[in-house]
Amino acid sequence: MGISRRAALKGMLIGGAAAAGATSASATAAAVTPTEEAVGLLYDATLCIGCKACVSACREANDLEADPTGLGPNYHAPLDLSERAKTVIKLYAEDGETSFMKAQCMHCVDPACAAACMLGALKKREFGIVTYDPDLCIGCRYCEIACPYNVPKFQWTKAAPKIVKCELCAHRLKAGLEPACTEVCPRDAVIFGKRSDLLREARRRIAAEPSRYLPKVYGETDGGGTQVLYLSHVPFEKLGLPVLGDLPAPSKARNVQRSVYHNFVAPLVLYGVLGAVTWRNRRHQALEEEGQR
Amino acid sequence: MKAHAEPVGGPLFTPAMRVLAVVVGIGAVVMLWRLVAGLGPTTALNDGYPLGLWIAFDVVTGTALACGGYAVAILVMILNKGRYHPLVRPAILTSALGYSLAGFSVFLDIGRWWYIWKVPLYFWHWNFDSALLEVALCIMAYVVVLWIEVAPAFLEKWSDASNLLLRRMSRVSLRALEKAAIWIIALGLLLPTMHQSSLGTLMLLADSRLHPLWNTRLLPLMFLLTCVSMGFAVVVCESAFSSVAFKRRPETSMLGNLAAAIVPVQLVVVAMRLADLAWRGQLGLLAAGDIRSLLVLIEFGLMLAPAVMLRSAARRRDLGHLVRAAMLMMFGGALYRFDTYLVAFTPGAHWSYFPSVPEILISTGLVAAEIMAYIAVVKTFPILAGRTAVTERQAA
Repeated sequence: MGISRRAALKGMLIGGAAAAGATSASATAAAVTPTEEAVGLLYDATLCIGCKACVSACREANDLEADPTGLGPNYHAPLDLSERAKTVIKLYAEDGETSFMKAQCMHCVDPACAAACMLGALKKREFGIVTYDPDLCIGCRYCEIACPYNVPKFQWTKAAPKIVKCELCAHRLKAGLEPACTEVCPRDAVIFGKRSDLLREARRRIAAEPSRYLPKVYGETDGGGTQVLYLSHVPFEKLGLPVLGDLPAPSKARNVQRSVYHNFVAPLVLYGVLGAVTWRNRRHQALEEEGQR
Repeated sequence: MKAHAEPVGGPLFTPAMRVLAVVVGIGAVVMLWRLVAGLGPTTALNDGYPLGLWIAFDVVTGTALACGGYAVAILVMILNKGRYHPLVRPAILTSALGYSLAGFSVFLDIGRWWYIWKVPLYFWHWNFDSALLEVALCIMAYVVVLWIEVAPAFLEKWSDASNLLLRRMSRVSLRALEKAAIWIIALGLLLPTMHQSSLGTLMLLADSRLHPLWNTRLLPLMFLLTCVSMGFAVVVCESAFSSVAFKRRPETSMLGNLAAAIVPVQLVVVAMRLADLAWRGQLGLLAAGDIRSLLVLIEFGLMLAPAVMLRSAARRRDLGHLVRAAMLMMFGGALYRFDTYLVAFTPGAHWSYFPSVPEILISTGLVAAEIMAYIAVVKTFPILAGRTAVTERQAA
C-alpha cells in the first residue's frame, strides 16, 4: 500500500496551514506616519555646486577615517557611501543634463533596516532619527539587504566591525547644534529642520519657481515617506533615488508576518493541534505494534 | 515503540574518513583566519551583496536539506504512517547535524559573533517585526529539540554501559524522554513550519531589490513546500546510500512510495509559481532569455523531471531510478532557495559577488564534518534499522 494521493495532499495542507495565512494578509497593519517631532534634511539639487564641504564636515564630525578611493591617499574622496563615508556628493551628467546629488541615510518614516534588525540596534529614536547602538548589533547585515537606498555599510576591514550610516549628527543635535553637513553648506543647498517645515518649504519653492523644479518632492510619500526630502530638475531615479511605491516594504512584510504571528496565537494553536495528533497517532501505532506481538 | 535500530559497527578511521578529516582540517584553519582577520580579507562579500555563500547555501539551502527529520515526522506522526518508523532516526540525526552546522555557519557569518548570545537572552529588545529574529530563535530552539530527539539512540547504548552512574542516568533520562516525547515531537513539527516559512518572509523586506521572478508574497509558502519536498528527497537518498555503504537491504518499496508522495508537492510548487507570475503580470519575464529567466526555467525543469521519471510503479521500485529522481528534487528546491537569496537580489549593476576560495573551503569543511559525524554516529550508536529488523519486516 502506498501513500495515497489524499494522504499526500493532506500533508501539504497541514504543512501549508501556517503559511496560508501569510498570503491572505487580511490583518493590515496601520500605516506609519511621521511624528510631529520628526526632523530631517531638505536637499535642493538645483542649488548644490558640488563643493563637497558637507562630505569633509561629515567626516570630521563623525570621526571617520579618510576614504581616498576617488583621489588617492591624503584625500577624503569617497565615490559612494562606505564604511568611511556617511555622506557623499555624486555628479550626474548625461545628454548635457547635469546635477549634483547628495546621498546619506534617508531616515525613512518606516525604515526597513529597523524592521530587519533583530534586537533594535538600528531603530527610530529621538526626533525620528534612525540611530545605531552597536551593543545590540551582532553584525548580521540584514539591514543592508533591507534598505532600498543601499545606505547601511559594514566595516569589512575590521575584526570587530560595526554598521556605519548617517545618524543625522544626533550627537550634535543633543549639544544644540545642527548636523555638520547643513552647517557648512555655503549655498544652503541642504538645510536642516522639522520634516513638516521642510516639506512646506519645498512646496513653496516649487510653487514660486515651477520651471526650475520637477513638480515633486521626493520622500514626501516615496517608500512610505522619508525624513530627508529632495528637490531636483532632473528625474530623481537618474540621481539614484529608486522608484518606490507609497507602501513601504516593512509594512508589506509586516502584514505577512503579523497575519501569522499576531499575539503568537496561531503558532500556539498549531502546537496544540500537532501535539494532539501526535498523541493520537503514537497511541494508535503502539497499540498496533502490541497487536502484532 | 522501539525503532529496532542497531549500530553498524566496523572501524571508524577508514581511508574515506581520513580524506574527510583533511577537508575538515583545512576548513578549520580558514575559519580561524576569518575570525581573526574579519570578513573583508577572507570573503568576497561587499556592501552590495552583504550575504553570500554561507547564508544562501549553508543556511537557506542547508537547513532545507536538513528537513528530513521534519518530513519524516510529518509522515509518521501526522499522517500516521507508522511503518516508516525505521527512517525516523537516521533522518533526525541528519537534521540535527545539518541544523547544527547551519547554526555554526551563521556564527562565522555574523560580524559581531561574540554577541550572538544576546539574541536569545535580550528578550526585552526583541523586534517582532524582524523575520530574521524569528528564524534565529526558532533555529536555535530546533537544534536543541533535534538533539533531544536523537538522544534516545545515545541513551539506549549507554544504558548498557559498564559505568554504573552512566547506566543509571541513561535509564532515568530515557524514561523522562518517553514521557515528554509527544510535546518534543510536536515542537519538532512546529519549529520548522515556522522558521522555514519565515526564511521566505525574510527576503520580502528586500522588496524593491528582489527580482520580480521571485518577489511574491507566496515566498513563505514556497519555502515551506520546498523544504518538505527536499526533506523527503534527502531521506530517500540517505537511506539508499546507507544501504549501499553499510551493505544493508534497501527499503526500496518504502522509498518508492515516499518519492511518489513528493511529486504532487513539486507540481503544486511549479503550478503556484506560474499562476502567481501570471497574476502579477510577469509571465513574460520567463521569455526574457537572460540568466535569471533561464535559472527559473531550470528550477521548473528540476522540479518537473522527477514527476516524469517516477510515472510508473515499476520505475518507483528501481533504486537507481529513485535516487536519481530524488537528487533532482533536491537540486530543484536547492536552486530555488539559493536563487531567491543571491540571484534574485539586485543591489545595482555596479555590485557583484562570487564566493571567495576561503568561503568555499569553509563550506566544504562543514559539509565534510557533517558526513564524518554521521558515519561515526551510525557506526557507534543504534540509528539505522538493524539487519534483523529489516528482514523481520520483509517477512511480516
